[in-house]
Amino acid sequence: MRKRIGLIALWTAALAACSSEELAIEEIPPQQEADEDHLKILYWQAASILNPYLSSGTKDVEAASMVLEPLAHYDDNGTMVPTLAVDIPTVENGGVAPDLRSITWKLRQDILWSDGTPLTAADVAFSGQYCLQAAGCNAAPSFADVAAIEALDDHTVHISFGVEKPFPYRPFAGSVSPVLQRAQFADCLGAKAVACTEQNFHPIGTGPFQVEQFRANDVIVFSANPHYREPGKPAFATATFKGGGDAASAARAVLETGEFDYAWNLQVEPEVLERMAAAGKGEVLAAYGTLVERLIVNQTNDDPNLGPGGRSLYLDGGNPHPFLADPAVRRALSLAIDRQLLVDAGYGAGGRVTCNIVPAPAMYASSANDNCRTQDIDEANRILDAAGWLPGGDGVRAKDDVRLSILFQTSTNSVRQGTQALIKQMWKEIGVETELRNIDGAVFFGSDPGSPDTLQKFYVDIQMYTNNFDGTDPETYLAGWICSQIPGPDNQWLGTNSPRLCSPEYDALARRLAGTAALAERAAVAKRMNDVLVQNHYLIPLIWRARLSARAKTLKGVRLNPWDSELWNVADWHR
Amino acid sequence: MLRYATRRLLFAVPTLLAISFVLFALLDLAPNDPTGQLPLTIPPEVRAQIRDSMGLDQPFPVRYAKWLESFFVNEPLNLIEEMFDVQIGDSSARPRVLSWATRGPVVDLIVERLPQTLWVVGLSYLVGILIALPIGIVSAYRQYSWFDQIGAFVSMVGFSVPTFFTGLLAITVFSVMLQWLPSIYDTTHEVTDLASFWVQIKQILMPVLVLALYNAAQLSRFMRSAMLDNLNLDYVRTARAKGLRERVVLLVHVLRNSMIPVVTMIALGVPTIFGGAIITEQIFRVNGLGQLLVVAIQGADIPLVQTLTFLFAVLIVLFNLVADVLYGILDPRIRYE
Amino acid sequence: MPATAQEMPTHRSLWMDVWQAFRNHKGALAGMAVFAFMTLAVLIGPYLHDIDPQYLDTQARNQGSSLAHPLGTDNLGRDVLAQLLSGGRVSLAVGFTAMLLSLVLGTGVGVLAGYFKRLDGVLMRTTDLFLALPLLPLLLVAVMLFRDALRSAFGPEAGIFLLIVFVVGATSWMQTARIVRGEVLAVKEREFVIAARSIGTRQRRIVGRHILPNVLSPIMVSATLGIANAIITESALSFLGLGFPPDFPTWGRLLFDGANFIDIAPARALWPGLAISLTVLSVNYIGDGLRDALDPRLRGT
Repeated sequence: MRKRIGLIALWTAALAACSSEELAIEEIPPQQEADEDHLKILYWQAASILNPYLSSGTKDVEAASMVLEPLAHYDDNGTMVPTLAVDIPTVENGGVAPDLRSITWKLRQDILWSDGTPLTAADVAFSGQYCLQAAGCNAAPSFADVAAIEALDDHTVHISFGVEKPFPYRPFAGSVSPVLQRAQFADCLGAKAVACTEQNFHPIGTGPFQVEQFRANDVIVFSANPHYREPGKPAFATATFKGGGDAASAARAVLETGEFDYAWNLQVEPEVLERMAAAGKGEVLAAYGTLVERLIVNQTNDDPNLGPGGRSLYLDGGNPHPFLADPAVRRALSLAIDRQLLVDAGYGAGGRVTCNIVPAPAMYASSANDNCRTQDIDEANRILDAAGWLPGGDGVRAKDDVRLSILFQTSTNSVRQGTQALIKQMWKEIGVETELRNIDGAVFFGSDPGSPDTLQKFYVDIQMYTNNFDGTDPETYLAGWICSQIPGPDNQWLGTNSPRLCSPEYDALARRLAGTAALAERAAVAKRMNDVLVQNHYLIPLIWRARLSARAKTLKGVRLNPWDSELWNVADWHR
Repeated sequence: MLRYATRRLLFAVPTLLAISFVLFALLDLAPNDPTGQLPLTIPPEVRAQIRDSMGLDQPFPVRYAKWLESFFVNEPLNLIEEMFDVQIGDSSARPRVLSWATRGPVVDLIVERLPQTLWVVGLSYLVGILIALPIGIVSAYRQYSWFDQIGAFVSMVGFSVPTFFTGLLAITVFSVMLQWLPSIYDTTHEVTDLASFWVQIKQILMPVLVLALYNAAQLSRFMRSAMLDNLNLDYVRTARAKGLRERVVLLVHVLRNSMIPVVTMIALGVPTIFGGAIITEQIFRVNGLGQLLVVAIQGADIPLVQTLTFLFAVLIVLFNLVADVLYGILDPRIRYE
Repeated sequence: MPATAQEMPTHRSLWMDVWQAFRNHKGALAGMAVFAFMTLAVLIGPYLHDIDPQYLDTQARNQGSSLAHPLGTDNLGRDVLAQLLSGGRVSLAVGFTAMLLSLVLGTGVGVLAGYFKRLDGVLMRTTDLFLALPLLPLLLVAVMLFRDALRSAFGPEAGIFLLIVFVVGATSWMQTARIVRGEVLAVKEREFVIAARSIGTRQRRIVGRHILPNVLSPIMVSATLGIANAIITESALSFLGLGFPPDFPTWGRLLFDGANFIDIAPARALWPGLAISLTVLSVNYIGDGLRDALDPRLRGT
């Protein structure tokens, strides 16, 4: 309001002074120099809410991580480090029960909320209750199998599980499940969670910053938390978290115009980024977590003529894909792809060739599939010839009137459309015809059971997207491709097994992984599961993608973290 | 005219109700989904719970009725309470229209966005009209002169090159190369003195001009063609023969009779001010109503999209009425009865 | 010529006069010439410059202009000129058909609503409804409902073409309708219309002979703007994945894709932008000439 009245008052004055305004240009430097005390962060998706449990996307979780903290974080190497806890509980230090059914966290004694009250174990227990009771809590997977969360004393939290948990760290580790202040959220349990607008917009936290002003879907203004545990931190008195626009212009604001200090998630063509970085104002950062861009090969028949009762349905194996069910075709499709070219054209420093669905951490990364790194058109052609898929008059291979003609979909994103075009041409060289389709992300990644274009419905032959797993343990992620996860009308298409593969060997391995505690053995089983997926080419991994962000050269202390919120160490950022 | 306006206003109520139903049905049918931006690491069954928590498990008529109640009963009641500082029933028990993405009341969001949209888009609209009318008038009066040819060229380029490109071009020149103007609009900036006013001028300049160019291009073409239609009519010759000064002939006689298509255009355009300028707001991150709408659509935030587009529909119906009344004033021969 | 003049005196004089006036209109002729050149270029061009616009020459990415690639290549190694020529076919076709559809719809609704008072309320409220509909969800719904049906009936490209023309036409007629209606309201009270009505001229003839010619100028302007609008909207559609397949070039899409490369390869955005502008500009002049030629008061001068 003040701005408006001020503007009106000054409007006439300015019009009069317009002719002699050159003066002012000299008075105020044309490009404001980086402000010593003020940090400016740019996310091209604006934050909608600051309560990660009710967030609508990663951007909300990351914005909230400047305020709210979990008990432990993953650092930039993927190692778990204590945040609000004294240390990481293990079986050795007695924090994890020998039967792997409970974990006990010790809280630091010196933590204050930004309103000056102390953090207690009751806050932690409350936060767990909050998520377990809220309808549609985002972090529900983190609290899977939790039987009880109890505050043993002011600084001790005991979490017990209903089943044996070889990896008991998911509750309260990482920015997706932080600790809320009980006093603030006490009236927001259950169905009332969504009505607590004030709390969701201005949560009180223990992190380096506190919320001054929150404009949903636009901008957040933070100030330093006066009660932050480390003296002298954060180095900035205030911070802005601006949202909106697109990735390319976000990169420009840091790299070329220097208006912002940090920009997030810059999936832009590599030459565009290089050109911007050449302006010298900032630097592009890349960090590799577990993101893998992959092709998903439909094992069921997606013929539109089958209608809703048959199209892309597994039907107990009774509806195989006319040609993608043939392992030879899948293998040839994978061999024909020059992954290095895909990286060079679309990803640059933000991607590496990979042949695995689980590319990291190193102990889980299989080395059995490296032969995919080199393209081999001749071998692919030989395989197809041998399998009886012979070129027809139009150059497209066919067998028994089945043509190798693929409908290939992905979400709308210029880099993905480039990758699609490249793959189409590579497949043309082995006599496979491809029709491309791109679908708006809100539709493709949405789970509206009424939409034909979701990745779960998979009404085409091949689709491409990126997926990863939270933290460093791939168990839940790999369990996504067991038979019972095949999407279909009986589970409202709520399955993660979008290729619709069903392998008894794989299901057995998944059960074994869930019951194995020893790390070395877990790694061996996980690798084997990865190999089953990849060597049968149900999934064709293409690119191991980095998180790609940019920082201004004046901003120091940034350690880009692919395992947790990118703003995980914002307290250490300085000029 | 008054009777006509009253009748139209009464007729607007069922019209708007019908529009609200069509809007709701359309948004319900659209395949975009509120869980589309969640990370894929969130499993499908949790997504289903999230959808249910938004009320998507309820049947369509129930959801529509709830929106109607919240929007037409509860929100006005809240407004009355706030304006007159009275208490009508238990206001906290009345469900408001809540956005799915922000979980905050939709009306508050819209109110928060209104100032920057009105400033940027409204100003550009005004600037556009101020540029377009003189260009249109002179182009018609001096038809096929150099001024007319250049005017035609500039306005056609202005209209056929979309704002996503002109905006980017402006940023490349003025923000990247010359470094004169900021490329990102600061919605929290407050004008308190001359220096901060200058900052405001600098940040508002590019979005306003880019949008004004686009608006002016269209309007000047309609202005020119309407003027041309009238310049050769008999009454103009009569006016000149009476010895009226050329300026009076042009600006009083011809202009007034040429305004009908222009008034339509301007009146039709006013609601679009409130609708915001989706692309321009995105490019310069003005984050007004246009950006709010596009983010809401991308995130399938149905309550927000529904409310925004419905308010938009109200303005459209209203300004069409205004245009019709203006026709009657501009041209007394037009009769509605 | 005189021979025909004797045979059909009335018919000849109108259209011959129009053509005469049109021919004397320098701007209109220039517009015609440019437009004919562009049409020929996109029709014949691909045979002269016969690089496949979808072929990715991955060894030659982001190249400047050369003999092989007169306008250079894009970031995937596609020839920009070939894309421009092939994209022009689609953009011109979409632009024209969608514009025509929107023009016919808009003029029809506008004239009916302005002339027949009984229809005014219903038609104008329908116009309000269409103006209020948010474009993006509408497109998503249209694509969801009709894409597969059209694809199986007409094939992927023709099916999408129909869908796009229909969608663009059906969502852009409202402005024309409003403007035409306003003009009709004014024109129908003018003396010559009242005179025509008083001598018992049939309604259809009044509309066709007296009303329509007098509301032609705003229709012409709408047509000009409509082409630009259709070409741009098509690009927005394909960008959103609602239009042609992503590797199918159109001018709007080339402009959109080229925008981010503006400081690496300005030609990528410049040429499609210029092509769209030139098309619109030439149609604008043709429209001007046509309007002047059809105006009996101007024709004699």
